[in-house]
Amino acid sequence: MADKGYLPKEKIKEFVEALGKDAAVYAPCLEGDTIIFRQYTADKEISLDRPANTPPKGAIYPQCETLLSFEFKKDAATPQKMDVELKANTDFPKAVVFGGRPCDAKGFTVIDRVFVNTDTADPYYKKRRENTTIITKCCNSPYAGCFCVGVGGGPASREGSDVVMTEVDGGYYLEAVTEKGKAVMSLSMIQDGSSYEAKAKQANEKATGAVRNPFPADARISPELFDSGDFWGRVVDKCVSCGACTFLCPTCYCFNITDEQAITTGERIRSWDSCMFQHFTLETSGHNPRPAKYKRFRNRVGHKFSYYPEKYDGAIACTGCGRCIRYCPVSVDISEIVGYLKDPKADPKQWAADKKDAKN
Amino acid sequence: MSTQKLKEIIKQVLPDVETVICWQEGYDKLNVTPIFITSPEQVDQVVWNPLCAQNLASYLPSQKKKVAVAVKGCDSRTIVQYMQEGLIDRNNVVIIGIPCKGTVSKKKVQKAIGNEPVEEVTFTDGSIKVKTPSGEKTLALADVCPTKCTSCQFPTPIVYDQLTADAIKSDKPPESVYADVAELEGKTLEERKAYFASQFDKCIRCYACRNACPMCVCQDSCIAETRDPHWITQKNSLDEKVMFHMIHALHLAGRCVECGECERVCPMEIPVAKLKKKINKEMKDLFDYTPGVNPEDKPPMYTFNVDEAKIKEHKL
Repeated sequence: MADKGYLPKEKIKEFVEALGKDAAVYAPCLEGDTIIFRQYTADKEISLDRPANTPPKGAIYPQCETLLSFEFKKDAATPQKMDVELKANTDFPKAVVFGGRPCDAKGFTVIDRVFVNTDTADPYYKKRRENTTIITKCCNSPYAGCFCVGVGGGPASREGSDVVMTEVDGGYYLEAVTEKGKAVMSLSMIQDGSSYEAKAKQANEKATGAVRNPFPADARISPELFDSGDFWGRVVDKCVSCGACTFLCPTCYCFNITDEQAITTGERIRSWDSCMFQHFTLETSGHNPRPAKYKRFRNRVGHKFSYYPEKYDGAIACTGCGRCIRYCPVSVDISEIVGYLKDPKADPKQWAADKKDAKN
Repeated sequence: MSTQKLKEIIKQVLPDVETVICWQEGYDKLNVTPIFITSPEQVDQVVWNPLCAQNLASYLPSQKKKVAVAVKGCDSRTIVQYMQEGLIDRNNVVIIGIPCKGTVSKKKVQKAIGNEPVEEVTFTDGSIKVKTPSGEKTLALADVCPTKCTSCQFPTPIVYDQLTADAIKSDKPPESVYADVAELEGKTLEERKAYFASQFDKCIRCYACRNACPMCVCQDSCIAETRDPHWITQKNSLDEKVMFHMIHALHLAGRCVECGECERVCPMEIPVAKLKKKINKEMKDLFDYTPGVNPEDKPPMYTFNVDEAKIKEHKL
């Protein structure tokens, strides 16, 4: 099987429909002005013009997943006895994530370390992940807020993808990255792509050069500044504590588990949770270790740029997709905040110098 | 220029308050972001232009000390409503009023420039010029303003301590306020249901609309997340999403100050303000009440009259 190919733009629909013959294809679909990853059906319009509002995370790690369903049953012969019947399903169909960006694909690798590459793999995520082929579109240029090169990625990064496609000459140059990707290249509408390789490389280099890197090279997070309550108070003043940043994040994987029961039947579901919510760390006793929004925000930054890298050989749990910046209600910029933390001249005293506190 | 005047006023009021809440340039030229000013050196970062769409008055109830806040006419309705509902102490707020000729919807501009990165933004009277890698584009403010600006009745703040420029009067007819709602009312119930279903289906339950809403006072006790009462599950089905939005809208009946924050902040571009405006229109018809206009008013749902002039149930 060839590992290089070319797909003319007008054949995209045909390509996606061929992929959909034996798999559920998740593609960026236009709904009004919003681009959302949806399971593709013929009535939907695919848009590759800009990164989707949402990442494709939900295709493998759904916002809400039924872990098991349960039913309480009474035995007519011994009515005082109540049995509960449990049903769980991890039999998922084959799937394709089509048209995500390199930052989106890399997001899955961040979740893999937690849900798959561990002694206690998550059977739901693992099965879906194994069943999914990821076909990624490289970015031609950066979008507002993007900073993938600052976190070890790039607009043509292959990490997490099975196939990468680069826009060239009225179509896409396709390159298989994995064996799963090679299988895709055998589809009939894929033409020979070898003559486009050089052009695609050029386009990718140009795009890579255009992305901003907000962090100084090899800079480390200043532990003193990270521990400064004044710093966080100042940079997070404006945050409204909503979950837009985490729910649009390709790497955020924190979840909640709830039993949603109606009389005798119900489901135990796992749904995305957000560390920006006050309830996230609220304990049954009523105690909340992170009652203030700056503490919650610090945890989000710490998780992505400090705790996760410490645990996983320096890998950063942020792919620089820019969605949390782009769609933040109040334009909080995580790259600006991490930039302060990584500034070699970072000095907590600068942030503590508040005129009112000085007076008191 | 009113920006200069704004900076002067901030410098003048700063010694008497803990913080001045205003706008500064954001992560790119098309974005502004709030700035919480505590020292005179920060005043130079202040900006005022049509990108300053965010309603900063929303931050007031969470402030513990005396603060000053920059508000547009529409934002001032939030303060008036807070006063009616006893959510702020007027003595602890210095209101810097900015007469405003209209703001810009970032989303509409981005759409008009094909979502390209923005390099430079300049404003001339009535238009915005945006520079992108592929060239410059001039857009009429009227074409890229949020819906609320097309029918603005309060270009000058209703309450203020200082004004940055001469007061201006609205040139929009009062009947234009609910034009978009009238359009919705022209549809059949089935059409409306289908419309809202297609819109709310996009919801990701991030609660940006709720948390940005100045009048959503339950916040961390919102029934969308509580387990007791367990009215809404954590499922992401359309039913649950619609239920959340209906509750949000109903809790704002006769309280929504139509600042449009819910719609401005929605990352999925759902017209979340529409339901609230429809309910406001009903409240206006029933109780002849407009939220956030007169500090002496009592919100209709805060009072109870056995015989309401326009509710006929007792005379059936």
